[in-house]
Amino acid sequence: MLSVSELGKTYPSGERALHDVSMEVAGKEIVSIIGPSGAGKSTMIRCINRLTEPTEGSIVLDGRDVTGLSGKELQTARREMGMIFQEFNLVERLTVMENVLSGTLGYLSTWNAFRRNYQGEDVERAYEVLDRVGMAGRENARADELSGGQRQRVGIARAVLQRPKIILADEPTSALDPETSRAVMDLLTEISRDEDIPVLINIHEVELAREYAERIVGLREGEVVFEGPPEELDSDARNVIYRGAEPASPTVVAQEKTGVSISEVDKETSF
Amino acid sequence: MADGSTGEYASEESFPSTWERPTVFYNDAVKWLVYGLLVAFVLWSAWEMRVSADRILAGTEGGIGLVTAMVPPDFTPDARMRIWNGMVESVSMAIVATIIGVVLSTPIAVLAAENLVPRPVYVVGRAIVSISRALHELVLGIIAVIAVGFGPLAGVIALVFATPGFFSKLLAEDLEDIDAGQVDAIRATGANQLQVLLYGVAPQVLPRFIGLAIYRWDINIRASAIIGIVGAGGIGQTLLNSFDQYDYGFSSAIILSIIAVVLLGEVASAWWRRRVQ
Amino acid sequence: MAVENPRSWRKYDLRTRLVRYLAVLLTLVVGAVSWQALNIHYQFALTAPWALADLFGRMYPPDVGYSTEIAGPLVETINIAILGTGLAIIMSLPVAYIGAENTTFNRYTYVLGKLIIVVSRSVNVIVWALIFVVVFGAGALSGVLAVAFRSIGFCAKLLAEGIEEIDPGQVEAIRATGAPGPSVLVYGVVPQIKPLLIGITTYRWDINVREATIIGFVGAGGIGVQLQTQVNFLDWRAVFTILIAILGIVLFSEVLSAYLRKKVT
Repeated sequence: MLSVSELGKTYPSGERALHDVSMEVAGKEIVSIIGPSGAGKSTMIRCINRLTEPTEGSIVLDGRDVTGLSGKELQTARREMGMIFQEFNLVERLTVMENVLSGTLGYLSTWNAFRRNYQGEDVERAYEVLDRVGMAGRENARADELSGGQRQRVGIARAVLQRPKIILADEPTSALDPETSRAVMDLLTEISRDEDIPVLINIHEVELAREYAERIVGLREGEVVFEGPPEELDSDARNVIYRGAEPASPTVVAQEKTGVSISEVDKETSF
Repeated sequence: MADGSTGEYASEESFPSTWERPTVFYNDAVKWLVYGLLVAFVLWSAWEMRVSADRILAGTEGGIGLVTAMVPPDFTPDARMRIWNGMVESVSMAIVATIIGVVLSTPIAVLAAENLVPRPVYVVGRAIVSISRALHELVLGIIAVIAVGFGPLAGVIALVFATPGFFSKLLAEDLEDIDAGQVDAIRATGANQLQVLLYGVAPQVLPRFIGLAIYRWDINIRASAIIGIVGAGGIGQTLLNSFDQYDYGFSSAIILSIIAVVLLGEVASAWWRRRVQ
Repeated sequence: MAVENPRSWRKYDLRTRLVRYLAVLLTLVVGAVSWQALNIHYQFALTAPWALADLFGRMYPPDVGYSTEIAGPLVETINIAILGTGLAIIMSLPVAYIGAENTTFNRYTYVLGKLIIVVSRSVNVIVWALIFVVVFGAGALSGVLAVAFRSIGFCAKLLAEGIEEIDPGQVEAIRATGAPGPSVLVYGVVPQIKPLLIGITTYRWDINVREATIIGFVGAGGIGVQLQTQVNFLDWRAVFTILIAILGIVLFSEVLSAYLRKKVT
């Protein structure tokens, strides 16, 4: 179980990206973080495995506080959190298999990693997961030969190979077309169910969040302004998240206040 | 499936538990052959050069001795004056050689530009460039010293001969990239070959010409600082003498001065080239 | 451009032309002053072309029989270049690592990296050879070390620039898997700079073949030793043979290096 409490991030410039964010993710739940650009969605996800260093609060994964760790312990903690990136971030010049097996680097000595001397069990699992994500037979292709959707599948396989206790996905579909986006979301759902782990997805398209998430967290200006199941994400809630309206204020008022027509906002947030 | 992750899939088919990275060589045998040859080559070289533990040890001692002899560098007034004289000679050689070298290299650049001259002339131009590039300044220096005797004249000649290898080569590449339309326009007015070069070609490459000349001056400074080692004048002569006389404190002072002048030349040349372009 | 009198058209305005004339004038004055500083006798300078022509006359034809004697030194020259380049690459890896802004440990290591690069690049190979001959005595070993120390700066500079340009996302992704620091380097950084590394190696090897031809002048092995000896013996036809041989191996290495680089990319 991941529990985030009173998380805050203030950059040295004084810019406050996150403030007093608390949430829990457990079981095999799919939780979506939504919010306008610059609301702190990415910072939130990246603070959890400390690719970005939080300045306040704590992150506890299965009883262990991640915030104070360093060195070897931080590596072990990161190993337990699979991360999926918006730009896939595969090592372009390595083969698909090496990319997938790089998920096991946290378990390997550098010498064995250098010689590509992986555990037999991991190799077996890598073949199996590649099959599961629909990339069977492509293990010897180089990552830079793949399409965006294929790269994301390999990215997911890499995360699964970590044997994570949670998967963090930072806008996994933003660089993909709608059809591929759905395939990737389906895959994440399936992985969550099969591996019995929760998935925390930061997502731009509200439609996808409503369709796939069991719970939605709305961020605005670094603070949690909405939390609940997708059914509760009505137009009022969206107003609060995307336009900063006071809760329960009618849509028309918000429209007059900002002078932005509904259709434009719709386009941006893909309601 | 509630109980776990892989059960469902593993039961359907089994997957291999080993994976070999595709090799860049044709196969594993070739790969190991290449590695083996590499190791054999290094071992053979080490034997050929008589690298031994004794020699390494003696060398380490020698190195420590040399460093202690070099520190502190000898910057006494007398040493300073000798460095100054050598340095002035080196920098002067670089300036004179750059001017003469650029003047002589420009026509060679035209000869080596494929789009401006007939094929046989182009071949001759490229040959001059290649020979000039292949021979190191010091090789040219040793020849020049035989021909005209010790002193800065030999150095200037060596540097002038080394110039086309850089200057003509790069200028020729720029000449090949010029806009043919402008050249044709001048030719269409009935201009002769020289007029075409002056009015159609020269204006297009002038900034680059100046940039390359400054760059060459920078390179000539580096070369003129060491060409004295074969007797062709400049601070290099002083450096060699200091080593021959085991005056290592003076050697280190000279080396530091050379580094300073080379860096100064590099900064000046970079600044200057930015101004021109 | 303000043109007052349309009848007398000028290509550039007055100021630009003035600057140009001044620049040419200044160049000529500096050239003349430098020439004065060199104290070269005019009659020597004027007879130089004849002196050179005379020398080439005495060199021709090359001594073909001598060519068998220089096969060994030629191979040694190429070997010095190969070993020197290999050693330089190995030593330049850590230097490049601390000399790149995104991988260096702190400000001091960054400055140290840059310092090593500058010193290595500013000291000519022949000066390195002088130093190593004092330390290890005459022979190819000193030559290899001279070539290697001279090349560190060049290789490390280009490598550091390459490291600064890598995609940080790929490194971050490997770090996110919980990989230990050295493994992050092996999987995140090395694959990204590998093509550059091969390119630099072959390019520098090409340069080093040329450098290895001269270090023999101070006793650091290679064909330069023979060249100096034959010059001292006044055996001009053998000198010509050596010059042709140097030309041959330098051009050969240039073609080979260009071919290898094209094959890698």
